[in-house]
Amino acid sequence: MDNESTYSGYSYKSSHSRTSRKHRDRRDRHRSKSRDSSIRGDKSVTIQVPREPLLDTESTRGDDRDDNWGETTTVVTGTSVDSISNEDLTRLSKDLEESSPLECRRFLVPALGGVLGLFALLTPLAFLALPQLLWRDTLDPCGTPCEGLYISLAFKLLILLISTWALFLRPPRAALPRFFVFRCLLLALVFLFVASYWLFYGVRVLEPRETDYRGIVGYAASLVDALLFIQYLTLVLLEVRHLQPAFCLKVVRSTDGVSRFYNVGHLSIQRAAAWVLDQYYCDFPVYNPALLNLPKSILTKKMSAFKVYSLGEENGTGNSTGQSRAVITAPARKRDNSHSEYYYEEAEVERRVRKRKARLVVAVEEAFTHIKRHREDEQASSPKHPREAMDPREAAQAIFAPMARAMQKYLRATRQQSYHTMESIIDHLQFCITHNMTPKAFLERYITPGPTLQYQDNSRGRQWTLVSEEPVTAALRRGQVFSLRRLDFSLVVTVMPLPFLSLGEEFIEPKSHKFVMKLQSETSV
Amino acid sequence: MFGEYLLYQVYSFFLAKIMSNSTFIPGQPVTAVVQRIEICKLRHGDNLILGFSIGGGIDQDPGQNPFSKDKTDKGIYVTRITPGGPAEVAGLMMGDKIMQVNGWDMTVVTHDKARKRLTKKNEDVVRLLVTRKSLEEAVKHSMRAPNNQ
Repeated sequence: MDNESTYSGYSYKSSHSRTSRKHRDRRDRHRSKSRDSSIRGDKSVTIQVPREPLLDTESTRGDDRDDNWGETTTVVTGTSVDSISNEDLTRLSKDLEESSPLECRRFLVPALGGVLGLFALLTPLAFLALPQLLWRDTLDPCGTPCEGLYISLAFKLLILLISTWALFLRPPRAALPRFFVFRCLLLALVFLFVASYWLFYGVRVLEPRETDYRGIVGYAASLVDALLFIQYLTLVLLEVRHLQPAFCLKVVRSTDGVSRFYNVGHLSIQRAAAWVLDQYYCDFPVYNPALLNLPKSILTKKMSAFKVYSLGEENGTGNSTGQSRAVITAPARKRDNSHSEYYYEEAEVERRVRKRKARLVVAVEEAFTHIKRHREDEQASSPKHPREAMDPREAAQAIFAPMARAMQKYLRATRQQSYHTMESIIDHLQFCITHNMTPKAFLERYITPGPTLQYQDNSRGRQWTLVSEEPVTAALRRGQVFSLRRLDFSLVVTVMPLPFLSLGEEFIEPKSHKFVMKLQSETSV
Repeated sequence: MFGEYLLYQVYSFFLAKIMSNSTFIPGQPVTAVVQRIEICKLRHGDNLILGFSIGGGIDQDPGQNPFSKDKTDKGIYVTRITPGGPAEVAGLMMGDKIMQVNGWDMTVVTHDKARKRLTKKNEDVVRLLVTRKSLEEAVKHSMRAPNNQ
């Protein structure tokens, strides 16, 4: 009960926009206990009393209280007494959750794979070296054939090394919740393989001190061949099999309905989820919680509509039914206006945004005309007015002032002001000036909301939760639905198979394209 | 003077509704005010001629027809009349749409078929049913006139 109430309290706050959270946070400091339990609860039946200090309500309203107020109140008063704003708390917790935890489990499988790979690579060399070290005198001399085998062995080992480095020695980009089945299978296969070779070697070569050195070198060469084939198998299973598209994934963001379709091959659910998240960071426009709310005026109107029940007789004459109909339709008509209000409000907002955008564009264009690139071979126009050369940062700061106000108003109109600080705007301006960009190129970053990658630094990892009804190592099938959840929104992914295409052919003779004028003949009879 | 009037379906309100020469309702028989014209073929050398030219047909381009009201009409129209020929004598006029020839339908035929039906060697007389816009107005007038009297 304790945990439940606190968690629900926090999540209630964090699911709303930051600006409204600020207001609620100010209210929360003066919060009365009755308000607390009404927020949390499905159990309490208290009346909302605004802005009463805590002690008064405690003393006067003790009887109406919810039974569990003793446990829950302490936590809440703890928050308000310490006066940490709720926004800070959620931001802290978000920061903690967002940075990917350095779990040991994350590096377990790659470390294991690395050790196994190293062991497998060193095994042929050990096979060759051990007889030389231990019973060199009794070995049969082995001339040219052995040397040929040495050369082939060396090159195969080199190829193995290079391809292992190219394919497998990459930092893992995603930490999947369950083991990656194929990878584990292949590691087990390599281990079994190398172990069985060592077993054979130990029993048949080391024990009886085999003297046929050429046979031993041939044995080592066959081990390297088999390792190459296992690497081919690894390549096919891990890298190539999922390249041919087989399913179409529809990804919808739950908060604002932005959706995309992607083609993937045969993957397990967790791999498909990791792949979808890669695409999400590039393709989806950034999630802006400020853009979601309907204007308050419309919502309150809708909520204040009331129902009318007519108590007249049902089988009345036309008059009475006409009256009751009139009574019912009056508030119904009042309710119906909310859609037209929404329409006009939307048109108004759009018009305002367009106006501010026009002002911004003009301001930026004008600002850009104030500077131009200074060429080294240019002479000063006149010795009396030397133009000092500025570096890009200073130039950006110089021309930022005239456009600052227009920029701020535009960002506020499109509710993007939380994504762009003044520093970031000046940085971007400096970047554009350095690369000779036009004002339009400078503005593209602010006019269209870019992908999420553009706004967030990637130094820390991101925490996502994969919610699925089937085990996440299961392969994708038609009709599966899984979702990827973050704190305040989630991506719902639906799997649809791509249709089987049966292509037919039709050959058209290039000379068969002929045309005639339409007939209009006249015959005399 | 006009010849006999033959009405396919005689309803006064139908006549009031007929705006064009004939009404085309898909699936229904075509209603039109028609005139029966009898032309006797004239022997001219080795052939029998009628003295007019036809245009149109289901294999022709209906947009080029200068006489049709509805430019999707693929019927057979009279495009020219030789002065003094048997067609002019019989009362055929330029721009008439031929609906029937000797009982054979001419509203949905190819140009060549229409020509063949008109130029059968063993027939001396062709009885055409033709329609034109002025017929409809004349019928309206005559319908109204007895009421006025």
